[in-house]
Amino acid sequence: MNGPQDLGGQMGFGPVAPAKDEPIFHAEWEKRALGVTLCAGAMGAWNIDESRHTRESLHPADYYASTYYEIWIKALEGLLQKHGFVTPGDLAAGTAVDPAAEPKRVLKAENVPAALAKGGPCDRPVAAHARFSAGQRVRTRNFHPAGHTRLPRYARGKEGVIDAVREGYVFPDTNAHGRGENPQWVYTVAFSAPELWGDGADPTLTVSIDAWESYLEPA
Amino acid sequence: MAARVRALETILTRKGLIDSAAIDVIVDTYETKVGPRNGARVVARAWSDAEFADWLKRDATAAIASLGYTGRQGEHMQAVFNTDETHNLVVCTLCSCYPWSVLGLPPVWYKAPPYRSRAVIDPRGVLAEFGLKLADGKKIRVWDSTAELRYLVVPQRPSGTEGWSEERLADLVTRDSMIGTGVAREAL
Repeated sequence: MNGPQDLGGQMGFGPVAPAKDEPIFHAEWEKRALGVTLCAGAMGAWNIDESRHTRESLHPADYYASTYYEIWIKALEGLLQKHGFVTPGDLAAGTAVDPAAEPKRVLKAENVPAALAKGGPCDRPVAAHARFSAGQRVRTRNFHPAGHTRLPRYARGKEGVIDAVREGYVFPDTNAHGRGENPQWVYTVAFSAPELWGDGADPTLTVSIDAWESYLEPA
Repeated sequence: MAARVRALETILTRKGLIDSAAIDVIVDTYETKVGPRNGARVVARAWSDAEFADWLKRDATAAIASLGYTGRQGEHMQAVFNTDETHNLVVCTLCSCYPWSVLGLPPVWYKAPPYRSRAVIDPRGVLAEFGLKLADGKKIRVWDSTAELRYLVVPQRPSGTEGWSEERLADLVTRDSMIGTGVAREAL
């Protein structure tokens, strides 16, 4: 979706202003926000793509006014309600008042190290051969889906070159919406800055994205 | 927001959906165990061992796993090497994708709109805000992490470090140098 998350090339947000010796967490609640988000995800009711799509579906004014942990928590409240774990009544009361759906699993403290060390690999076998090969010129499709996609707007309808053929990865555009993993080949596609940004672009700049096969057509 | 997060934790804990002790372990992991020192050791090994550097170039996931760094937000890794000709910079314009297994949790600026919006269109301007000025002719390669592949920049080894131990070399490898918003510290 052309949501607030799709930031590449947007203007007006000001300087980056990196903090010196920034702490890992800025407040105690950020620690709990990280932990609650990971533990809730570990219940297995949604995947990372649905989670990302819920975050980018926040109202743009809300998204831009929020820090990243705030975005996580706001989206998490939505996911928990959508999947029947939490009700508006629970949130209004600030404690558990309604029954909850049954989770697939509950992440216990003793299982955390193994769960984090394992992560959630998204590589899957793809029966078909990769359609494109390194060095080939391709054009990204120009589409504007209302649902989730990982093809950023600045790189749609642009001509680039296949830099590397990666692996078969779960396809976020369907996986985010419960329509299956449908793995596809993923490619790193490199674009010249003039192709992306036109007149006045930095001639020394090349930008690449990682694109699923169905995002691409032969150039 | 503190009260809102506390309420959510309370609700989920009372419903038996999450374990508060698990949250403590997660927080401890990213405060004390998984951070940029991991990535610095990977880079120091690559600087010291040409065979490892070659492996890291070909199969970063396996090479990094051989040092014990695996898992969440590092399941699929690609190392990109700075050279005299090219400087690499990593961004996630769409969210906050970052190689947790080697760098830990991302800093606030990495997840915030100014960096995410400008890294792909004005990287020289962004680097200047980090105090980094590249030579005029130097090429810049920006990697937008739009899939589940996570990028680790291998900065150039500073001169005057011949014969240094890996531990000593790792001290020169800053977090920012592995994102590309910095370079390795000079040897003193």
